[in-house]
Amino acid sequence: MKEKILAIITTKRDLVGGGSPIFVTENEKELIERAFLLEKILDAMVHKLNESTYIIVKH
Amino acid sequence: MDKETLAIVLGVAIGFITRLLLLQSDYRQYPTYPHGQVIHLALGLIASALGAVAIPALLKPDYTAVTFLSLAAQQFRDVRNMERQALQKLDENELVPRGFSYIEGIAMVFEGRNYIVILASLFTSATVMFGNWIFGLIVGVVVIFLSSFLKSGKTMGQIGFVYEVPLRVKGPSLYADDIYLMNIGLEDNLKRIMENGVGIIIKPRNASSRITISNLGQRQAILHDVSSILGVFRDSGEPALTPLAKLDLKDGRLGLVLLPQERNIPRLIKIIENVPVLESAVRKPNQFDEKK
Repeated sequence: MKEKILAIITTKRDLVGGGSPIFVTENEKELIERAFLLEKILDAMVHKLNESTYIIVKH
Repeated sequence: MDKETLAIVLGVAIGFITRLLLLQSDYRQYPTYPHGQVIHLALGLIASALGAVAIPALLKPDYTAVTFLSLAAQQFRDVRNMERQALQKLDENELVPRGFSYIEGIAMVFEGRNYIVILASLFTSATVMFGNWIFGLIVGVVVIFLSSFLKSGKTMGQIGFVYEVPLRVKGPSLYADDIYLMNIGLEDNLKRIMENGVGIIIKPRNASSRITISNLGQRQAILHDVSSILGVFRDSGEPALTPLAKLDLKDGRLGLVLLPQERNIPRLIKIIENVPVLESAVRKPNQFDEKK
């Protein structure tokens, strides 16, 4: 198993949990900015789970 | 010149010419530089010398000379290892890697070509020993001619139909026609893929080719070949811009998203059709016999 969730970015803190770093943002604009930055920093793919949650996955 | 010398000289020459003709640098870009080529030509020379010496030595009679051949087989197995290791190391720095199956195929070809050289010089020197040098020359030319037939296997175009389809986006999901490819989170990335990407579908011709197309190594080989010829719109730190191939499980079609720098669709389809079918991906379920 190579895939690994490196980070979770969300606007709804109470909907996510677990062992990965969780970044909570105020609104959707900030959410996308944060996801973009983390994609570049971690060199890992951004996936959209729903409107309020993105995950960064290393493939 | 006595017969033995003539046989050996002609055998070595024919063997070396065979290796020279089998050594070609194409889009695979390996080996390209003189030093890389010299390695293979030198090994080819050794191989042809081994092949040329065998028959004259046996007739001498010096039977222990045959043990040389087993030594040679060992030597050329190392060629395969050497190629495999070198290519695997280089693959780590490719934007779109070749994949293990493709590398194994290339390494095997390098080993196989040395055996072809041994056989070519063996046949030539044997003909000189049992006939004369004119026969030897004729056999040599025929062998060189035959060896070029051994060079190629099947290509993708022979096992599947390749055609362009539009890329589609539904929410964060990317599709090639109706085949789901991947989930892309950022709008920006989706936009760039829609702008630069090309959707392709490969439809298998029969049950055997369906299995071949589904092989992961074969898919990677397609992606690598297209990227190495047409360039790839990609960089490190851009994980979303990845050429990708996914299967439609219902009918075995393969959907691809490619990101060529040069957007030339007819050429792209030609390139995919010319991708070699990897030996490790070939399966022949049609040849299964229930009665056996």
